[in-house]
Amino acid sequence: MLALLVLGASPAFAQKKTPAKAPAQKAATTGVPAAVLLKGKSVYTQSCLSCHQADGAGVDGLNPPLGKTDYVLGDKTRLINVLLNGLQGQDINGEPYHNVMPSQDYLTDQQMADVLTYVRNSFGNKASVVTVAEVKAVRGAKK
Amino acid sequence: MKNSLIRPFLLSAAIAGSFGFYALNSKPTVVADPNNAGLKLLPGFGALVVAETGERARHIAITPQGNLYVKLNRPTKDGKGILELKAGPTGKATVTGGFGNYGGTGMVVKDGYLYASSDDDVFRYKLDAKGEVTNPTQPEKIITGLINRHQHEGKSIALDNAGNIYVNIGAYSNSCQVKDRQKGSLGQQNCPILDSAGGIWQFRADKPGQSYGAGTRFATGLRNVVGLDWNAQSNQLYVMQHGRDQLHDIFPELYDTKQSAELPAECMYALSKGANAGWPFLYYDPIQHKKILAPEYGGDGKKEADPKYLEPAVAYPAHTAPNALLFYTGTMFPEKYRNGAFIAFHGSWNRAPEPQKGYYIVFQPFKNGKPSGQWEVFADNFAGSPANAIAGHPDHKPCGLAQGPDGSLYVSEDKAGTIYRIVYNQK
Ligand code: HEC
Repeated sequence: MLALLVLGASPAFAQKKTPAKAPAQKAATTGVPAAVLLKGKSVYTQSCLSCHQADGAGVDGLNPPLGKTDYVLGDKTRLINVLLNGLQGQDINGEPYHNVMPSQDYLTDQQMADVLTYVRNSFGNKASVVTVAEVKAVRGAKK
Repeated sequence: MKNSLIRPFLLSAAIAGSFGFYALNSKPTVVADPNNAGLKLLPGFGALVVAETGERARHIAITPQGNLYVKLNRPTKDGKGILELKAGPTGKATVTGGFGNYGGTGMVVKDGYLYASSDDDVFRYKLDAKGEVTNPTQPEKIITGLINRHQHEGKSIALDNAGNIYVNIGAYSNSCQVKDRQKGSLGQQNCPILDSAGGIWQFRADKPGQSYGAGTRFATGLRNVVGLDWNAQSNQLYVMQHGRDQLHDIFPELYDTKQSAELPAECMYALSKGANAGWPFLYYDPIQHKKILAPEYGGDGKKEADPKYLEPAVAYPAHTAPNALLFYTGTMFPEKYRNGAFIAFHGSWNRAPEPQKGYYIVFQPFKNGKPSGQWEVFADNFAGSPANAIAGHPDHKPCGLAQGPDGSLYVSEDKAGTIYRIVYNQK
């Protein structure tokens, strides 16, 4: 049920199932440098762990998990905007969560790119990196 | 109704004679599960699984006839937000009915009525002489239009013996910052949230259609209260506050992660009309035993808060989330439990990266309506194992408490939806 939702909502994930070798799929499965993951993990520990927990499993009914959610694996602009603006009152994979995600806009573009790359490649996720340029573009569009 | 209940009781008590009266109701047939339902209990106590509802079972209530009503956090697939369960002779129960197409938390039986809350309203249903709801589709909506902003939204309820109902209206905020939970954001001046939330409101139990205008802000400065109960000995409302989160996340230069895990205490308060427990301007530090000025309002972890605010009655470990409070008036348990308090701790999440904690039932002794003596863990291992508890992945999360007619203690939980019954089985 959960997996179905993710498949339906996330083109990146769905592509992995198709035999065609799209460029997006290649990016999604190339290894991410260990140094980037390490930096991302450090930001995660500082800024995200207390709510989403060390294993990214979240807290029932309060803080959503970060494993295989359509937000994490889906559209990167939307994902970057979660960090820039925070989030409240949105169902995640069909579940409501009764806490507030505060804006993380005190993080630098580099820190956001690192932590999102880490999240997209941890907790059972495997997805393309988020680049500093992508974060910069979304932050710029917001201003 | 009272009479018809008392007469058979007297008759059977006379027949039971020297066996003692609770033995008559439960002893011959209600048996604890061989593994005590997986719980760790004190000597002499046993536990059984009454039912597996598979739903998010919040608060529970039991009629004098033994019918169990369970408030679900969200309705079942076929639209039932309240389940009715009836137990057979061994204590195992089956779901015998359901109604009320709304989620919520509050569930109380009092003087022939079943009270239930959604996250916005409070309803009451008439109970007949068999403890059955007579108007499942047409309850009286006694309270309506309470603020619900999807944080601390549960409207827990309790009734006194003078026809009043008390409703928690939780603050839709962690610490009344200008930007909720945002690193470094300071507190809003005078915290306007307190006008309509962050306290306990008092209404009449028998009047339909009451909203803020018809009620009274009975007590304020309470961030969120899920467990509350009326103490008939001191004629006072006792509440369990969920203390604030995230001291380290918001003010990392003032608090490290270890301090953030142990601060602030989860507090029990004894409320009188007009009480102010001081949220968001303070928190209670259980190590310094002081009310400390909140960092959002100029605090530094040491400056004390204005002494005018209410002193907690008891302090419990931080972030363990007390979700139910019950004053025990039964006679099944030994004498020391009579009129004392049971507290269901839902368990923590905001102790990370430190080990998580809670997922147990605490007993707090009381004397003459006041807490007296050290609390103890009464029933443990709802998590399933110490490792599950530490990791914050419990199998069960205690949420509701109720006392059965025979003095058994019932526990509900909203992770797997298990309903437990704890009995005393020593002579
Ligand atoms: C104060 C607690 C808190 C903190 C700190 C926090 N989040 Fe969240 N986060 C939430 C909540 C609550 C939601 C869901 C909001 C909703 O349902 O509308 C959420 C939603 C999300 C989502 C989208 C939903 C999902 O589960 O996929 C992502 C991605 C996310 N957070 C990532 C992060 C990252 C990365 C950080 C650290 C930089 C972080 N969060 C810090 C509480 C928090």
